[in-house]
Amino acid sequence: MRFIVSFLLTAVVSYAAGFYFPWWSIAVAAFLIAVIIPQKPGITFLCAFFSLFFLWSGLSFFISRNNENILAHKLSLLIFNYDSPLILLILTGLTGGLVAGLAGLAGSYLRHRAN
Amino acid sequence: MKKVAFIISTLLTVVFVLILNNYWKFGNQNIPAFGKLLNPQQGCWQNAEPLNYDFSADLKFTQLKGKVNVFIDQRLVPHVFAEQENDAYFVQGYLHAKFRLWQMELQTYFASGRISEIMGESLLESDRQFRRLGMVYSAENTLKELEKDPIILSECNAYTSGVNAYIESLTESSLPLEYKLIGYQPEKWSNFKTVLFMKYMSYDLAGFDNDFEMTNAKSFLNETDFDKLFPINDVISDPVIPKGTIFEKQKVFPVIPANADSVYFERKTKVEAEENKPVKENGSNNWAVSGKKTKAGAPILCNDLHLTLNLPSVWFEIQISAPTLNVYGVSFPGVPGVIVGFNDSCAFGFTNGGRDVRDYYEIKFKDESRKEYWYNGNWEQTKWRPEIINIKGKPVYVDSVSYVMLGNDLCPVMYDNTFSGGKNENHNYYAVRWKGNDPSNDLKAFNLLNHANNYTDFTDAMTFLKTPGQNCIFAGKNGDISIRAQGEWPAKWKGQGDFIMPGVDSSYLWQGMIPEDEVLYQYNPDRGFVSSANQKPADDKDYPYYLGRNYPIYRGMEINRKLKDMNDISVQDMMELQTDNYNLVAEFTTPVLLKNIKVSELNPVEKTYFDLLKDWNLRNDPGSKGATVYELLWNNFYKAVYDDEYAKAPEVVLRPGENSLIEAIINDSDYKFIDDVTTAQIEKMSDVVTISFKKASEQLKKIDDRGRLDWEKYKSTQINHLSKLNPFSRKNLPIGGSKYSINATVTTHGPSWRMIVDLSGNTEAFGIYPGGQSGNPGSKYYDEFIDNWVEGKYYTLWMMKEEEQNDNRIKWKMNFSGL
Repeated sequence: MRFIVSFLLTAVVSYAAGFYFPWWSIAVAAFLIAVIIPQKPGITFLCAFFSLFFLWSGLSFFISRNNENILAHKLSLLIFNYDSPLILLILTGLTGGLVAGLAGLAGSYLRHRAN
Repeated sequence: MKKVAFIISTLLTVVFVLILNNYWKFGNQNIPAFGKLLNPQQGCWQNAEPLNYDFSADLKFTQLKGKVNVFIDQRLVPHVFAEQENDAYFVQGYLHAKFRLWQMELQTYFASGRISEIMGESLLESDRQFRRLGMVYSAENTLKELEKDPIILSECNAYTSGVNAYIESLTESSLPLEYKLIGYQPEKWSNFKTVLFMKYMSYDLAGFDNDFEMTNAKSFLNETDFDKLFPINDVISDPVIPKGTIFEKQKVFPVIPANADSVYFERKTKVEAEENKPVKENGSNNWAVSGKKTKAGAPILCNDLHLTLNLPSVWFEIQISAPTLNVYGVSFPGVPGVIVGFNDSCAFGFTNGGRDVRDYYEIKFKDESRKEYWYNGNWEQTKWRPEIINIKGKPVYVDSVSYVMLGNDLCPVMYDNTFSGGKNENHNYYAVRWKGNDPSNDLKAFNLLNHANNYTDFTDAMTFLKTPGQNCIFAGKNGDISIRAQGEWPAKWKGQGDFIMPGVDSSYLWQGMIPEDEVLYQYNPDRGFVSSANQKPADDKDYPYYLGRNYPIYRGMEINRKLKDMNDISVQDMMELQTDNYNLVAEFTTPVLLKNIKVSELNPVEKTYFDLLKDWNLRNDPGSKGATVYELLWNNFYKAVYDDEYAKAPEVVLRPGENSLIEAIINDSDYKFIDDVTTAQIEKMSDVVTISFKKASEQLKKIDDRGRLDWEKYKSTQINHLSKLNPFSRKNLPIGGSKYSINATVTTHGPSWRMIVDLSGNTEAFGIYPGGQSGNPGSKYYDEFIDNWVEGKYYTLWMMKEEEQNDNRIKWKMNFSGL
């Protein structure tokens, strides 16, 4: 239950912050949620990671679908020299996920310390 | 333990964020800020434009005096209807920025020698070159000239504030993709940037010369050889203004300096400096046929402009309508108005004039400090202009450029001991006198042209076009056709400016400009058409001023030959002519080449290529293998003829223009250069052609093995993204054409805008450019026109009336109004 709430809250707060703040606000969001909703460090990492992985790759997926992957084809070639919109979506998810996961981990350790 | 884990994970997060929030460079590899770039709410995903994107909008700007309705059609062409003309330019600026901002800015950075600010040190030499040519200095002066004209100034002010209105509306997510990839922000636009773009076009079209290469060619060839390789009078020619035309009385009489033979035409001087030049093939075709020759009985005007093909395209299609004008055509993102197009009364177009208006003078400085120079018997004070060049990731570079007064012109000493332009060291001083550095109000020419009602308006408009000089073509609804070889050209004596000239006194300076009333033109000529394709504007025997060498001959010849025989002409005929892949040079040379190949000495593989050539239909069509065989034979033959003579040539040198070789072949004569001077025996044409053919066959075999023998595969036409990012470019386009075909599509260069305007009835116009209206690589409109362009298709250019706004071609509506 905690996992799901934390997972959803991290995604929602990150998404909302994305309208007003720079991209790294996802780190702040994941950190805060991890402090508010304590879970084991490993679990927190996975929770924040998957939250942002799905948020970022999901948003990109819908954007790219409406674009019929025109840009995703070109950018995947530019970045990987390999034509695969899917890999670009995964990279997007990983980038968001890792930043959020690490921040969540830090938040979790802070909470554990305070305890 | 927890404390340590907290610190480590916090640090890791911060480091990770910092890495992903910054742009990095490893070796030649640029790494973008992946966090910024990939976040779906602000980064590159935001540039993935939905296919069903809604371009409609209601926008309010205090700068507008009235309402402006913009109807955007299915090809993303805006039809701008404004209550006030200047409001239309505001909206044009806004739309240019909305669709092409990155390109607009990059082009002006390039023109003003600021590209290393964005791209880094590797482009410093390009920046220095433009600064040293005087681009910024002359743009400043031209801006002052423009500001004296209240009409043009208010047009530009409106345009500039339109561009800036868009820039101010940008958010991090709506920033064009390239800014996000490279990592910088757009600046405010200004009238100065508009002028810089115009200067760039001057450079591109009127910045070509061969002074250094010719000087060195002269240094190692004897006079007879030199004249043979670089003829002033081409035996074969068909000038823009036909032979036998009687010209206006000569009013300026340039005098050749008394010491020209000993200090100018001498054959000793060698130079080390090396020029970076615009593409030589920058040229175009235009023609207009009179109603006498057309099916509909009204003139048809055609124009295709050959430039380096890029994405986004140099052109943006637009209709501008206001109570004072109604014009449709292509515009330059960065410049208000329409450049090539038509209005309710007439159509207009251009080809490049191509005369040499960039000359060099060797300056004698007192010492290496360059503080004083010798001129007309005195030591004169040098003027200085420090050029401050910001370089991405490096300290500022200050280039101190010395300027010298030559006559009434302050000229930059472009090449000196700090700048050779190439790899060699240069210890001489060369000042450049370039016509493009003179202030002029060329925008006025286009403003008046957009408003032109008739032939007189056209000629009045064109008098404001100084540089780059163009063959301006006109056709009116009333049946008039005309061409003007317009521009402000120096009146030169024969041979002036072909080589580096002495700059120690005034005797070698340009002695005046050709007067406006001596501008070459044709108005409703008897032959029923006017045309140009960058060939020499007039025959040297008729024309009193020196016109220079090395003009392309054959495209123009082919156009004239075709037009002469054509009658009852339809738009369809003109489309076929404009996209014709026939190779006139091949028609002249192939029979001679075939005759000189010793078939008995060919092996079976070579024989197959020989058969391909023999059966070739002289057309550079897609799928043609013979065209590839011809091309390689020609290239090898050219090398075989000249490489031996040029073995000891200086590094910076002009290779013979192909005109000399083509003429020699056509005449099938004892062309002196055929013989290989490195061998004892005297080679004949058949020896050299056969050796060349064998060499060509070896290369053809390799090409054949890679499956690329078809002409379009061998040629592999490509349209490159402006910053050369391959995934944003279009490669291997299956289009025919060659530099000798009317369809002058070569590898990176070709018809950047094809247009045909039939001035009968309601005026029917057709056009296409190889690009798309949107500059965003993430938009389906980015390269939308390319495939049709490749196939030689055209779009109808729809001169919309405002009451047609419910037409199903209109997809979106943007309403602009004041507050």
